[in-house]
Amino acid sequence: MIQKVVGSLEEAVAGVFDGATVMIGGFGEAGSPIELIHALIDSGAKDLTVVSNNTGSGEVGLAALIANRRVRKMICSFPRTANSTVFPELYKKGEIELELVPQGTLAERIRAGGAGIPAFYTPASVNTPLAEGKEHRVFKGNTFVLEEGIRADFSLVKAHRADRFGNLVYNKTARNFGPIMCMAANTAIVQVKEVVEAGTLDPEQVVTPGIFVQRVVEIAHPAHESELVAAKRRYPW
Amino acid sequence: MVDHAPKGWTMNEVAQKLALDIPDGSYVNLGIGIPELVADHVPEGRELIYHTENGLLGMGPVPSPGTEDPELINAGKKPVTALPGAAYFHHADSFAMIRGQHLDVCVLGALQISGKGDLANWSTGEPGSIPAVGGAMDLVAGVKHIYVISQHTTKTGEAKIVRECTYPLTGKGVVSRIYTNLAIIEVQPDGLYVLEMAPGVTKEYLQAQTDAPLVGFP
Repeated sequence: MIQKVVGSLEEAVAGVFDGATVMIGGFGEAGSPIELIHALIDSGAKDLTVVSNNTGSGEVGLAALIANRRVRKMICSFPRTANSTVFPELYKKGEIELELVPQGTLAERIRAGGAGIPAFYTPASVNTPLAEGKEHRVFKGNTFVLEEGIRADFSLVKAHRADRFGNLVYNKTARNFGPIMCMAANTAIVQVKEVVEAGTLDPEQVVTPGIFVQRVVEIAHPAHESELVAAKRRYPW
Repeated sequence: MVDHAPKGWTMNEVAQKLALDIPDGSYVNLGIGIPELVADHVPEGRELIYHTENGLLGMGPVPSPGTEDPELINAGKKPVTALPGAAYFHHADSFAMIRGQHLDVCVLGALQISGKGDLANWSTGEPGSIPAVGGAMDLVAGVKHIYVISQHTTKTGEAKIVRECTYPLTGKGVVSRIYTNLAIIEVQPDGLYVLEMAPGVTKEYLQAQTDAPLVGFP
């Protein structure tokens, strides 16, 4: 019987190895899988390359993973946000690498990685420093830059509901990078508020079909990053 | 010494003028900060659909206190609402809307705009600064009309509308109109045409505040 639901966060993040590429969902705190990230910190995995739109805030979630020196390199579009101090400080000291990618290019690189497309041309960043050194090509009189798809060893994603097949629905703008990060990872690990019986999710409404998901863990009451940051919490606590 | 410099329009008045220029039924992306003011000035009877690149079409106003949802936010990561008829989608779809030229208007802020419509709005290139680009390069590459809303000069009085941008570019030749406290300016292939000037602003004063040449006046 197919059963993608695992019983604990520890099982969910098992096998994440040193040097792995890990995609982490979320745009700001919306969709950030805080409990999975904390479990990843507990697992001890290090030298990670992390693909995520931002770099977290305060000293919880993604910011805590960085503060605990588990991340060698960040691939992201917007590494500074309100309450984001951990990454900027390490970056200024030269202790963490940054690959800055336009947000839409980041999304499409992830989608392409998951869709078996090794590279694609985009108009974004042409004539800017972010296109320097990359292959350019003219189509119908307009110039485009070649960008490569990204795949990950693991993705950590937050969704709303799942069934045992790994079918997912999301909540509002917390969907953001979740569906494409599930597609692009060898092992997509998803925390959901609720695991439901197969057949409960309307097949017409499923956003991520279970084929893209390998592990699901139920976290019924996920923490809100902004509340943890406001309370000056720091992980590990 | 008396300061005789014309004050020009307030940014609220500029936002109101910009809002009047967005046709009914447009799909619109508003940048973070001053561009967000535009949403407050949409004329009665006109319906615009707001896109926020983190994954929502049909974005509504700020929620009333106590009803904020941390999973319903805008590109500035601030709580918003979803209007009836709204739709959520993932990031690759969101930027397909942007890059695929499905959006009609995008309103952005600027550090510098050149006389040829080049835009610099993501980095001053200063050593030690943390570079962050977000969706700006995708927006200028894909949205049909890019409107800039900005103070005409920097806080220290330097021109923001320049012959050549000195800051790293967001995009080349992408800006169609510039709305400032002093004037509304259209970018044409042969230069900058002033469409309207704020009360008390003269051609000479406006040119003195603008590094790039202004080739046409109303």
